[in-house]
Amino acid sequence: MPDRHILKVEAIDAFYGDFQALFGVTLNVHAGQVIAVIGANGAGKSTLLKSIAGLIHPLHGEILFEGEATTSLAAFEVLARGIALVPEGRRLFPSLNVEENLLIGGQSRREGPWSLSRVYELFPVLAEFRHLPAPALSGGQQQMAAIGRALMSNPKLLLCDEISLGLAPIVVRDIYARLPNIAAEGLSVIIVEQDIVQALKAAAHIYCLQEGRVALEGPAGHMTREKISAAYFGV
Amino acid sequence: MIVDHATQSSRIGTGVIVATIIVLVIAPYWADRQTLRLLAEMFTFIALASLWNLLAGYTGLVSVGQQAFVGLGGYILFALAILLDVNPVFAIFVAGPIGALVAVPVAVLIFRLRGAYFAIGTWVVAEIFRLLASQVSVLGGGSGISLPAAVIVSMAPSRQIREFETYWLALALTTSILGAIFILLRSRHGLALTAIRDNEIAAQSSGINVWSTKFAVYVFAAFGTSIVGAFIFLQKLRISPDTAFSVNDWTAFIIFITVIGGIGRIEGPIIGTIVFFLLRQTLAGLGTAYLLIMGAIAIGVMLWAPRGLWGLIAERFGWQALPLQRQLVLEKK
Amino acid sequence: MQWINIVLQGTLIGGLYAMFAAGLSLIFGVMRLVNIAHGDLIVLAAYVSLMVTQAMGIGPLASLLLVVPAMAVIGYVLQRGLLNRTLGDDLLPPLLVTFGLSIIIQNGLLEFFTADSRRLQAGAIEIQAFELARGIWIGVLPLAQFAVAIAVIAALQLLFYRTALGRAFRATSDDQTVAQLMGLDTRHVFATAMALSLAVIAIAGVFLAIRANFDPSIGPARLIFGFEAVIIGGLGSMWGTLAGGIILGVSQAIGAQIDPGWQLLAGHIVFLAILAARPQGLFPKVSG
Repeated sequence: MPDRHILKVEAIDAFYGDFQALFGVTLNVHAGQVIAVIGANGAGKSTLLKSIAGLIHPLHGEILFEGEATTSLAAFEVLARGIALVPEGRRLFPSLNVEENLLIGGQSRREGPWSLSRVYELFPVLAEFRHLPAPALSGGQQQMAAIGRALMSNPKLLLCDEISLGLAPIVVRDIYARLPNIAAEGLSVIIVEQDIVQALKAAAHIYCLQEGRVALEGPAGHMTREKISAAYFGV
Repeated sequence: MIVDHATQSSRIGTGVIVATIIVLVIAPYWADRQTLRLLAEMFTFIALASLWNLLAGYTGLVSVGQQAFVGLGGYILFALAILLDVNPVFAIFVAGPIGALVAVPVAVLIFRLRGAYFAIGTWVVAEIFRLLASQVSVLGGGSGISLPAAVIVSMAPSRQIREFETYWLALALTTSILGAIFILLRSRHGLALTAIRDNEIAAQSSGINVWSTKFAVYVFAAFGTSIVGAFIFLQKLRISPDTAFSVNDWTAFIIFITVIGGIGRIEGPIIGTIVFFLLRQTLAGLGTAYLLIMGAIAIGVMLWAPRGLWGLIAERFGWQALPLQRQLVLEKK
Repeated sequence: MQWINIVLQGTLIGGLYAMFAAGLSLIFGVMRLVNIAHGDLIVLAAYVSLMVTQAMGIGPLASLLLVVPAMAVIGYVLQRGLLNRTLGDDLLPPLLVTFGLSIIIQNGLLEFFTADSRRLQAGAIEIQAFELARGIWIGVLPLAQFAVAIAVIAALQLLFYRTALGRAFRATSDDQTVAQLMGLDTRHVFATAMALSLAVIAIAGVFLAIRANFDPSIGPARLIFGFEAVIIGGLGSMWGTLAGGIILGVSQAIGAQIDPGWQLLAGHIVFLAILAARPQGLFPKVSG
């Protein structure tokens, strides 16, 4: 029976120096699925994404992408395999203009449906401001550029780290409205979100982290407020 | 709670140091002329390296231009002794304050540069001093000048006494400089230095006046280096712009000594100097290859043992030869 | 008339200084590394050219075809093998390692080639000159070298702002971590930048060796000229570096005219004056 999991994170322990941030975290993503990871600040959500992206290397456990172990690969090698991270806080390159930021996202030359024109179609405002330096854009526009930049590498798995952070609700809704378009060709997505409502709307499957452990997991439809509160706060 | 500096190893270390100093003081009675000269040379290197260590290892000011003050000290000595008939030994001590005075405008200018650019800036200053020295014809211009016999003789009644005097002077200078550095590091200001080295911005926001502290340390280092420089050239009896401001002699070796011995630790320059002189004995006669080897060793140490020899030993065994650590001791009720 | 000639000569050599500076500021821009061995690498390039010209019987300008790639390879290996290990938050390792490297190169060259002064012979072109206007003569070689300097700086600007490699340089300089997330192997990016810097050094070194005598000890002075040109011109700006080089060259030329012993001092004094009055340089870009 073919394994439909595109990503399998198996019981990883992740550390920052001596501080343990993740305890035996297990997570699975099917091809074409959108899953959300929620949890309070410091629960380990970003750490999880960084581990998948190769910025952090778990001390125990394994990460398998399309059946291949990526646990100890460097971040640039993980990108080459097809996992792209939209980092927390956008982190566009300030010395580059908008278009250059997008182009550098595509410098790995992976094959796929995403191109500069397709990104501009998705986010027309970026086309308007293509020659402006990245810092000149508003928060929401920068977030779009950061997403576009990640898409330019034609990933099979897109990791979105807190894309709603610091943005007005209407801007957040606007960005999430385009998520179906992004996931249309079968792109798998993991979103890390503080905004639970948005997460439940956008994702098919939810993981809730609490102090580095998976406290709750299940289809979005099965989540109740009580279950989530309990898992979120650990009561 | 009190702040305790001493540990068991530092108590032993202090004892060892006191014993060593006593032995060194009476050296003229047990050592021959060559050994005395060698010891005096080692003392000057320890002094110069300790001052460089204070700048780079403790304050984060990496200078590759301390030769500016070594040469300046030398030229001040020769100028005072030859042109103004000042007693050479006295002139050594005058070189200090003059060097410090010169360091003031220099610091104001080069502190506008940061990091590695600051380092090159210090080199430029040394080059400027060298070029200026070549223009001073009364002191020999580009070819340099020797100390007149009359001046040398005026130092002491006999050659042997002069040599003893020179040796004790070197010992006194070095122990004073080390003593001053030790007192500085142990004081509140020493804590400030470590803070600045580790994180300038955090230090600034803790209320430390970073610029003034760096400035004071730089001027103090110039003071010490000028005095040592004056002494060095008194011993050499001859000065020229190229020898006075030589990067190899007064910076490269000093840096290698401190790196190999251990940057940022007061014991480092001492260990490094011993290693340097041992290497020099063993590799004697290899000429430029010697510098090559030392450079390669220094690079290796920097990459794989950045705390130097003493750092390795101290971390492995938790030793310190001098009571400089700060430990909070909870008083037992 | 004489002063016009002096300013002209100073300007032309300023192009050479600008090339020294370009290599230095390229590296600093991409990885915040100041290579203390920079000047000694210029001298190394001169010696490599010497070996090539002697071994193959070709002229120094032709030797560039071999020297430039050779130095680029040396730069790549040096960065990847040694200098990448020194990069990080601590200021000391890169400084001290490149200082050690400087001493090693100088003494290595001394061992191999002795302290004898050398010169590369470029043939007739060395003495050719033409009259620009009445009484004003320009040497063909200095003019060619100045033109090359401008071409090099223009090429670097183009590379940085209009090519994918340049984008990679700027991105890596901005944010190493996110650059990795884009699929850039930063070790390779840094090594490529160093290779490029040494390629520029190679060109500068060969031209230096044709116009002046060289020996293993002249490296540090070249570093200082490059450094002064960068500071005078302003950090972060390639064309500013050209201006800095020219100002330095002209200052030295005027100083030499007043008194031969004042050539270098005049340059240093102008450097100090700029440092005192306008420490950010004359044409700084917003520094990264």
